[in-house]
Amino acid sequence: MAIFYVLLLFMIVAAIIAIETNNLLSSVICIGAIGFGASLMFLFLRAPDIAITQIVVEVLGLIILIRATISRDLTFITGSKEFFGTVISVVIIFVIFLAGVQVFETLPNFGTPIFAEVPDTASQTYIKKGLDDTGAANIVASVILDYRAYDTLGEATVLFTSIIGAAVMLRKKTRKLPEDLNL
Amino acid sequence: MKGMTIIVKTISSWVKMLIVLFGIYIVLFGHLTPGGGFAGGVILASSYVLLMLAFGREFVEKDLPLAIDSKLDCLGALLFALIAILGFALGGTFFFNFLYQKYRLGESLRLISAGTIPLSNIAIGLKVGASLFMVIFLLSTFRRGTSANK
Repeated sequence: MAIFYVLLLFMIVAAIIAIETNNLLSSVICIGAIGFGASLMFLFLRAPDIAITQIVVEVLGLIILIRATISRDLTFITGSKEFFGTVISVVIIFVIFLAGVQVFETLPNFGTPIFAEVPDTASQTYIKKGLDDTGAANIVASVILDYRAYDTLGEATVLFTSIIGAAVMLRKKTRKLPEDLNL
Repeated sequence: MKGMTIIVKTISSWVKMLIVLFGIYIVLFGHLTPGGGFAGGVILASSYVLLMLAFGREFVEKDLPLAIDSKLDCLGALLFALIAILGFALGGTFFFNFLYQKYRLGESLRLISAGTIPLSNIAIGLKVGASLFMVIFLLSTFRRGTSANK
């Protein structure tokens, strides 16, 4: 368990640096460090599928962030903060923190699977019958592509739609408006 | 925008094939070992992103034009939907694993096993790889202000 506290400390420090630093490049790299810590945590929790996806997406997301944010002209926000707004946001964060503590008390211990406490869960069925039902040795693949394939279809649809949106927003040639044609 | 130094170019031209091979491995063995269509597709996309960072945008645009890229994206989505509809046609339910449940194709723990799951993995890998590469390419070509003026 000690490794999780070390990783958590590392991630928190990286998050604080990412917020507080003035250099945009080091901020983006610190965000990458947070994702790296998260993927190590997934690896120690014996979830290699999630760890692979996390690290790959993190690296790619880092490149996107660097590519899209660096070499842009940056605007800095100056001026003092409003006192009333700060108090309100601190109170809201504190209330959410209290609610979160209440929720965490009901969860099983960190790293313990939920079927260790609740028998007859769906995950238990997947583990017992996954190989016979689908023939896939990787239970994760059998869940996301056989038992819960609808979810994956929806996920693919979301990706497809967002790509269409990005392609429309970021295209090079803009369609001419009717008033431009009249000029 | 003509890319980086010759050291980066040489190394990335060596490494790109290894990354592509690793991505194909992750996609094909997704039903046996950790990985799968999504992770493998992102790895495939990242190999082209590496080329784009090292050699510049024009090189990649010549190698993999956006028209082909969007066709690959649509092909992956159509393949995935086709597998689902074939399951409906042959087995009665949407996403029915007809190759395994009906024909018992292959044996467990081998590469050819698990029926439609490897095929779905290939479709998703194609789709995710093509579409993520497309997003990065579009983001890199996008420049604020220029697109509206021209």
